[in-house]
Amino acid sequence: MTQIMEGSHAVAEAVRLSKPGVISAYPITPQTHIVERLAEMVADGLLEADYITVESEFSALSACLGASATGVRVYSATTSQGLALMFEVCFNAAGMRLPLVMTIANRALSAPLSIWNDHQDSISLRDSGWLQLYAQDCQEAHDLHYIAYRVAEDHSVLLPAMVCFDGFVLTHTYEPVDIPGQEEVDAFLPAFSPYQRLDARDPISFGMYATPDYYMEFRYEMERAMQRAKGVLKECGKEFGERFGRDYSDLVESYRLEDADTALVAMGSLCGTVKDAIDEMRGEGKKVGLLNLRVFRPFPFEDVKKALSGVSRVAILDKNVSIGSKGAVGLEMRDTLYGTGIEILDCIAGLGGRDIRKRDVRRIVGLAEAGGGDIFYGLREEVL
Amino acid sequence: MAIDKTLELFDCGHRACAGCGHALGTRLVLKATGRDVIVVSPTGCLEVFSTPYPETAWRVPWIHSLFENAAAVASGVEVALKRQKRSEKVVVVGGDGATFDIGVLCLSGAFERGHDFTYICMDNEAYMNTGIQRSGATPYDASTTTSPAGARSFGNRRPKKDMPQIMAAHGAPYVATTSVAYPMDLMQKVERAINTEGPCYVQVHSPCCTGWGFEGSQTIAIGKLAVETGLWPVFEMNNGQVTKVKKIMRKPVEEYLKQQKRFRHLFKPIRQEAEIAKIQAIADANASRYGLDLKPRK
Amino acid sequence: MTLSVGCTARPGKSRENRTGAWRTFKPNFKHDKCTKCGICALICPESAVHENQDGFYDADYNYCKGCGLCAEECPAEDIEMTREEK
Repeated sequence: MTQIMEGSHAVAEAVRLSKPGVISAYPITPQTHIVERLAEMVADGLLEADYITVESEFSALSACLGASATGVRVYSATTSQGLALMFEVCFNAAGMRLPLVMTIANRALSAPLSIWNDHQDSISLRDSGWLQLYAQDCQEAHDLHYIAYRVAEDHSVLLPAMVCFDGFVLTHTYEPVDIPGQEEVDAFLPAFSPYQRLDARDPISFGMYATPDYYMEFRYEMERAMQRAKGVLKECGKEFGERFGRDYSDLVESYRLEDADTALVAMGSLCGTVKDAIDEMRGEGKKVGLLNLRVFRPFPFEDVKKALSGVSRVAILDKNVSIGSKGAVGLEMRDTLYGTGIEILDCIAGLGGRDIRKRDVRRIVGLAEAGGGDIFYGLREEVL
Repeated sequence: MAIDKTLELFDCGHRACAGCGHALGTRLVLKATGRDVIVVSPTGCLEVFSTPYPETAWRVPWIHSLFENAAAVASGVEVALKRQKRSEKVVVVGGDGATFDIGVLCLSGAFERGHDFTYICMDNEAYMNTGIQRSGATPYDASTTTSPAGARSFGNRRPKKDMPQIMAAHGAPYVATTSVAYPMDLMQKVERAINTEGPCYVQVHSPCCTGWGFEGSQTIAIGKLAVETGLWPVFEMNNGQVTKVKKIMRKPVEEYLKQQKRFRHLFKPIRQEAEIAKIQAIADANASRYGLDLKPRK
Repeated sequence: MTLSVGCTARPGKSRENRTGAWRTFKPNFKHDKCTKCGICALICPESAVHENQDGFYDADYNYCKGCGLCAEECPAEDIEMTREEK
């Protein structure tokens, strides 16, 4: 049933319907509306879960880790500094192959302190072994949680997953969202079936340490699981489409790329603005399209390469930067497109909530066509 | 429920130093818990000597995540068990660095929330796994690799953090101190703790032959001296009140100190009377506070 | 042996590590003045002292590291430490 609701509440609804047994989270802007709503659901008996109100994000994810290892589906949500505080637990949970699911309400990292949106927080955890899915609107933010649980918990994957959606731009925005019924969700997402768990009847030691004789092989097994996740994501995305009418079988979304000369590449809510700009430019005869990276980990090299096979140039809107290097998406794209001859412009843009409007997208296309080098786009030169 | 002293749930083949207090203490803890338990350990000596993949020494379910999050992981385990209506008790066994220092945020949070679990600190009074660096549990004047005695130093400049009182102040229904030197006392207190609902804290004095500088055969003798000198008061607290104290015929602190290399600088090259007196004052204060003395000293 | 998922293991594996090789001194359980009190078994950090069929105690030299705690704490002084013959 379609309802007008805030993005955070759309996510909370998806969590409720996914039936986690344990939720643990710590309040941080702009994630709060999600966890407040979940706390209400628990208080009202609408969600049969324990909500552990911890004293930090670090404990939030640690409590989820413990509960997951004990055989319960778990959920957390955070952003920015909270995710940075979870850094150690993120790597640890992935290495322990525990299928946690966590929402990231994407926000910039301090300093300077900023509560506004970019992707620096989740991108900084790209090496942690978590799947990373990026939603472009509230409906996707809702839907991707079911897919995240399915794929993370699949015994051929067993890696945790982040569903990333843009702070304020989506968390605090009201959109029509189709909320499925519990039976439909149950049919798509069965009860959690742990691969192994802490159990006195079958004692297992979790979280042992590995000497140099074993460590690399454990990391390689994570890489293999991450590669298998691509196939599982596609299968689950397809099945989701068949059940709910919204298809996620592609790891990337191609928008008007068929005959495009210039492809924009973006993640998250920015894709909506880019699509509008593309429609305008198309009306003016410009052959422009969009590649929306819905999945950043595992990085869909093959899918990206295929989708961009016909373009001459790519302009990347990177809402993050590795200071001293480039944007994370730009680096992945250069790797993916190496040897194809496709020109690449990496624009660091929209950091700390700086708006990216349709006219900015048009300018960036112009810069790409002019063959310019990588830039911080849209700097206020007058304050530098 | 009687404790089965013959139950072995901590296996042979672990890599602890010969005479290790932690290994002995952990073995005793598991005799008290029995099989129906889930153990959470932070990073530290115990974790490292008992679980090099794949050679686990644990015959009960055991989980290690990180150095500072054992209490938070235990919180999740406990809640998940209750949700599944399972019977296992949750017990954390970790060192003093993980407890007094880096894990104190998670520990405080978990106790404030009132989770039903027992936190056992095996206190060997320094970061032994990384090479004997001082922690918040290191006693006054102990020489460690980061609080070395020297021309301008008598070693660690601060007294030990009073962790049992801090945990009691959280409203813990049961807080106790004990020592690996008193196996029956240790096992009984662990059993009491796991059978008390709510967050319970047991601090176990765990002499470390490698870190403190004594022969491995002396682990129990040293542990007894700590208790007999009043430097390690053995007591129980119920709901914040001290309810039981192990009374002693108190010995001078130097009988304990002079057995250990970490205090050698107090005796050689010259005897540091003023410093020894300060440590004696700590023992005297403990004796007065907890009423340790069997009869007043003459 | 293929790797477990997530670096887990089931019990019994530490027994593959025969720590008896560490020993420089060896406890000899003389069964002479022994009162069968069992303190030696209770305080062994290695879980390596076991009751035998006669109710006396013996060390499992596969794992005994020779720390000497049993000999030190034996109330009957019935355990003697001797240098390990290799």
